[in-house]
Amino acid sequence: MPTTAPTDPVPGLAAYSEVTASEASLRRFLHGLPGVDQVGAEARAAGLGTRSIKTTAKAWALDLAIRMVDLTTLEGQDTPGKVRALANKALRPDPADPSCPSVAAVCVYGDLVGEVKEIVGDRVNVAAVATAFPSGRASMDIKLADTRDAVANGADEIDMVIDRGAFLAGHYLQVFEEIVATREACVRPDGTHAHLKVIFETGELQTYDNVRRASWLAMLAGTDFIKTSTGKVQPAATLPVTLVMLEAVRDFREATSVQIGVKPAGGIRTAKDAIKYLVMVNEIAGDDWLDPDWFRFGASTLLNDLLMQRTKMTTGRYSGPDYFTLD
Amino acid sequence: MAFEYAPAPESRSIVDIKPSYGLFIDGEFVDGRGSSFKTINPATEETLAEIAEASEADVDLAVRAARRAFRGWSRMSGKERAKYLFRIARIIQERGRELAVLESIDNGKPIKESRDVDVPVVAAHFFYYAGWADKLSYAGLGPDPQPLGVAGQVIPWNFPLLMLAWKVAPALACGNTVVLKPAETTPLTALLFAEICQQADLPPGVVNIVTGAGTTGQAVVSHPDVDKVAFTGSTDVGKAIARAVAGSDKKVTLELGGKAANIVFDDAPMDQAIEGIVGGIFFNQGHVCCAGSRLLVQESVADEVLARLKRRMGTLRVGDPLDKNTDVGAINSAEQLARIRELSDIGESEGAERWAPECALPSSGFWFPPTVFTGVTQAHRIAREEVFGPVLSVLTFRTPAEAVEKANNTPYGLSAGVWTEKGSRILHMASQLRAGVVWANTFNKFDPASPFGGYKESGYGREGGRQGLAAYLKGADL
Repeated sequence: MPTTAPTDPVPGLAAYSEVTASEASLRRFLHGLPGVDQVGAEARAAGLGTRSIKTTAKAWALDLAIRMVDLTTLEGQDTPGKVRALANKALRPDPADPSCPSVAAVCVYGDLVGEVKEIVGDRVNVAAVATAFPSGRASMDIKLADTRDAVANGADEIDMVIDRGAFLAGHYLQVFEEIVATREACVRPDGTHAHLKVIFETGELQTYDNVRRASWLAMLAGTDFIKTSTGKVQPAATLPVTLVMLEAVRDFREATSVQIGVKPAGGIRTAKDAIKYLVMVNEIAGDDWLDPDWFRFGASTLLNDLLMQRTKMTTGRYSGPDYFTLD
Repeated sequence: MAFEYAPAPESRSIVDIKPSYGLFIDGEFVDGRGSSFKTINPATEETLAEIAEASEADVDLAVRAARRAFRGWSRMSGKERAKYLFRIARIIQERGRELAVLESIDNGKPIKESRDVDVPVVAAHFFYYAGWADKLSYAGLGPDPQPLGVAGQVIPWNFPLLMLAWKVAPALACGNTVVLKPAETTPLTALLFAEICQQADLPPGVVNIVTGAGTTGQAVVSHPDVDKVAFTGSTDVGKAIARAVAGSDKKVTLELGGKAANIVFDDAPMDQAIEGIVGGIFFNQGHVCCAGSRLLVQESVADEVLARLKRRMGTLRVGDPLDKNTDVGAINSAEQLARIRELSDIGESEGAERWAPECALPSSGFWFPPTVFTGVTQAHRIAREEVFGPVLSVLTFRTPAEAVEKANNTPYGLSAGVWTEKGSRILHMASQLRAGVVWANTFNKFDPASPFGGYKESGYGREGGRQGLAAYLKGADL
């Protein structure tokens, strides 16, 4: 995972500096992206969902999916005790099986980063949500302070939300500048930077055209990851929304040589669903993205189903939910 | 590390293929009086069963059985006929997996298509026409429309069971009885359908199935007591049938070849258009009369479209039709493979550029990789003749008018596709294209409520929908 701040401007992005120079040029660019036909996109996602992943392929996919989980708790009732339990789970998801890999990261509110960090150290990343998560409704200063605070607490990754109101009002440059500013707020005193994920809340953007535009907007602003949802709005992640975002990162890399990661979050609860996402990553973006550095699942309950299926693959039997830890 | 999908074969233990099959006449399986032939699995060349080849005398028996059954069937109330059709539809759903596996084994098409497209659409056709059976007086085809009598139906090998459904369901709903000849290379699902007719207690003789090749088909369509001929297949055979029945009072519908244009404008939803191009030509190995075999792409986006298309073609999985992850299956027969090879070689020798993704093809069976030809013009044979295989010809155009001109510049006129985000352009193109079906921002969509049929050498008459009833009722014209 890149931990140093990208040189500014990123070389491949230089060609797009004029695009982001003004509100008008940015709007022209985003509105000039090819449209997404809803019926076709949903049919494609559903078609990929019928792939049959069995035996060795399934075992491989389950382990990869576990390594891609951002184990998440984002509740008002989160306590130090709760997040510590989650941190331990992240390190050893299946205490009965030492061969089970750790997850990618633990995702919490910014004030609880320290608690998690104490337990996981550098073995698992700590991600913090910021910028007035989940609504994004606060002034810019507060959003940036929120971000700096989380970074100062030791967050390895920052999951920011965009201002959906600004986006839907057509103030694309404002959204762009917020992402740029947040990225700058991710820089640590030593010059390294916390990894930035930009959450669109696709359930509020609603159209696939908007999802494609938001994806390009965030990528041009220098994000490391694009993420579907906060988990607080329904629908959260869906296969077709993720499909459109995977197409965007694929096309963006082709245009700029810069690779961006994708994180569907919220609503992915079963191993079967997770495998459908991995099939989609494989067939849309390609196997370069089949890595926790480039694809994540924002989830909580998903992990136990992955563990249960993994145990089934190794022992040949389903064990009950009581054999997996509840945190 | 790459994500390798492990083999996920659908079990074939669900189907029970008998060593030999007779003819289905008057509600019973009977031995044919003619010779027999073998049907093989095109993916492995393994012989599946010995099939009776119906002689002229066998066909005569079948027509007589149908004529006898017509009396009762045509006088039965529509409501009663509907009960049988609903029952058949439900049995098709119940035995869907069996039908899908058998279809893939005999035809070579991927199980995901036989399972997710063929069989569900077959059941939908029976359900749809079952619904019409007691409402014929309200179809806008006269106050009390009457059936024609005995229908002689000859169907192709590309969608064996689906084409059977397109023919049998409306015929029966309208009160006709049928003698159906499935294609020589794909008789097995029709014979399983015969079993389903028995299971549904369909009165004997209402459906008769005579297997065989061209001569059997000829005997069916030219039998003097056949009132209606319905044929789906090649334009050459269609013309021969039209000549054979000329001068008789047989009513005829023909659904023949095609060379559809799939037209991609520069403002198309690009990723979905690529899917539409791929689905348009590689669905069912391109063995589709309405396949989008000519890609007309606006020159300003041609390079981008081609690059994306080739990348997408690289992800197509060619191989075992019974593997649930197979996208492109086997070519149906050695004969068809030879024709695809011949036309492709001609395309190359005429100067078009041939490209296919790297894909390992099985060593036995009939296979052809998904192939695209670029630099194709209207003067190339691969742009004019129906290849009926996974071979796409790419042509460019500059303006909408040129797209229309090129799309229509073919002896065929079965289908067309238009890809653009501009609604008004879709309507304009649809009004200009001389094709029976025009799909907008989609391709190869079939629904029993939608009529299907061609212009020019693609045939005449419509199947499906309310219009499909007219082909099986007296005096009903569209």
